[in-house]
Amino acid sequence: MSGTFIGMPAFPKAAHEAVRDTTLRANLRHATHTIRDKRAVAVAELADWAELREAGKQIKTETLHSLDTYLVQLEEAVTAAGGTVHWAADAAEANQIVTDLVKATGESEVVKVKSMATQEIGLNEHLEAEGIRAYETDLAELIVQLGEDRPSHILVPAIHRNRGEIRDIFTSEMGKWGREAPDDLTDSPVELAEAARLHLREKFLRAKVGISGANFMVAETGTLVVVESEGNGRMCLTLPETLISVVGIEKVVPTWRDLEVFLQTLPRSSTAERMNPYTSTWTGTTDGDGPSAFHLVLLDNGRTDALADEVGRQALRCIRCSACLNVCPVYERAGGHAYGSVYPGPIGAILTPQLRGTTSEVDASLPYASSLCGACYDVCPVAIDIPEVLVHLREKVAGQGGKGHRLEKVAMKAAGWVLDHPGVLAAGERAASKTRALHPRKLPGPGARQWTESRDLPELPAEPFRDWWKKNRT
Amino acid sequence: MKQNSRARVLGRIRQALLDAPPSPEPARDYLTAHTADDEAVILDLLHENLADYRANVHRTTETDLPALVAKLLDRHGAQTIAVPPGLPIAWLSETTARQHHDADSLLTPHELDTTHAVVTSCALAIAETGTIVLDGGPGQGRRALTLVPDLHICVVRAKDQVVGSVPQALPRLDPTRPQTWISGPSATSDIELDRVEGVHGPRRLDVVIVTR
Repeated sequence: MSGTFIGMPAFPKAAHEAVRDTTLRANLRHATHTIRDKRAVAVAELADWAELREAGKQIKTETLHSLDTYLVQLEEAVTAAGGTVHWAADAAEANQIVTDLVKATGESEVVKVKSMATQEIGLNEHLEAEGIRAYETDLAELIVQLGEDRPSHILVPAIHRNRGEIRDIFTSEMGKWGREAPDDLTDSPVELAEAARLHLREKFLRAKVGISGANFMVAETGTLVVVESEGNGRMCLTLPETLISVVGIEKVVPTWRDLEVFLQTLPRSSTAERMNPYTSTWTGTTDGDGPSAFHLVLLDNGRTDALADEVGRQALRCIRCSACLNVCPVYERAGGHAYGSVYPGPIGAILTPQLRGTTSEVDASLPYASSLCGACYDVCPVAIDIPEVLVHLREKVAGQGGKGHRLEKVAMKAAGWVLDHPGVLAAGERAASKTRALHPRKLPGPGARQWTESRDLPELPAEPFRDWWKKNRT
Repeated sequence: MKQNSRARVLGRIRQALLDAPPSPEPARDYLTAHTADDEAVILDLLHENLADYRANVHRTTETDLPALVAKLLDRHGAQTIAVPPGLPIAWLSETTARQHHDADSLLTPHELDTTHAVVTSCALAIAETGTIVLDGGPGQGRRALTLVPDLHICVVRAKDQVVGSVPQALPRLDPTRPQTWISGPSATSDIELDRVEGVHGPRRLDVVIVTR
């Protein structure tokens, strides 16, 4: 999917267009408010939520600080259990590894479990170009794939679509990919889910190759964990003969026991459930149960750049629950597409610029796609201080220059000199008060014009405060 | 190229962590369980949470189990059932449904698709989350068995298979075995974040708790 994001406008422009789409805003408002309230209830059930959150933070931090050790341990355990481990430094390498593995099986189609990592590297597009068809099997991913659309949410990629739109997509597109939607399909979610079940079942039953990501990888045992709801994950992990999992290197946790924290915090944070309907765990291969060949592709693709940033590396603690999207006032209004990345919302605003760098206009604009209200930090189950990282990345973007930032520096330098010279300041204040009738409501010129486009300039008082104080209080 | 990438990624990680302070052992100040250590309380909680996520929950005794299994299969019109290796023969002694034993020759995915139901035991059940865990042990079968047929009847032994919480469950499970944790029938929240039960996995889950 990532290929379709190339050439996206910067966040302010994309968001400006998105907020005018009233259907989109209504869909997002309805969905995010529903899940927001449910999450609060699910979290309140656990008296030790704060302690679980702190433990999750510390486990992930400790893992990241010894990441090389844990990855080598994981590799040994997976290999000992009959799996094969591959390392990919970037998206191109990962895509090539997966393509070669699929071609070696002689198959020309694969079934896929929803995976952020494979979206990030644009795997589907790469496979398509190599003559391999990838079928997305998660309901929301299916809606996105059939609608030739882009995902807009980490957990629910089709959150921007309402039930009526989904019915229309199923009716017009399913037949082109396989089994058609029933003639009398309505927009009831139950019927839509049933249509997806029928459409995908034939693909599951004949699939020879499955592709997945993973929510966790356990270093000490070599166990992979996939958390899901629909059962499409189980189908892809169980029925094919070959399973290929593409997983970011930051998904490792040291011990089997560590899952006791994340299997409590992840479901409640993401779908507001005590536990998601299905969790699958597997260690290498098992005779007579599931795929006979298992490949794990460990993906860097910018993660080590984020790891090198002392403040920014905390973003790698993320367990992709998407609670921060659901509470974010900016996400609720702008929607996921405006972020120009498969990782939207607050976490995307700190993750994408670190994975991709800030050379493009859209990536440099992402740290500013926030009001710094801090709601994202409050709900994060691994306590990522997203506002802190946003401010840190803003400093970096400002530091790399650009026209606006050079003008800002000149203005700040001048202001600094004035504030250091009280006489000059007082004279300036008096002059400003005397001429206030002549002041424009908007400022001209680059930088200043953009600033005042959506903000009024403050009105100046009739006389400076210091003059008023002298007259009235001394 | 592969060997080269491994060295590159590990090298980058070590470079990135040059200034990273050593991290202390994570603090685990959270609770081991949120429920009193009382068998009756834990059973009621399991019952309640399974039902909350739309599993059908029943309680019976070892003696009455075969009749209940037969009744549940009948209720759903199941005429064919997949039988995992190691399932106690007595459990199916009263049903007239045709039995496919998944033993020497394994059922193909298409054969499983035309099989109406599967009856299994479990490794463990977790009360706080309303979860049953299968690990491929006796009476549970390989993972596909409990995935493709539309009805799953799972028998839980109250006396030694129910724990209160997730932290109590993990030490009792063997990570080298493939596991499936099941909390209610398959579901989706993908349409407007409303929960709908019944997508790709079994649309009906009947959990039978066998008490003394």
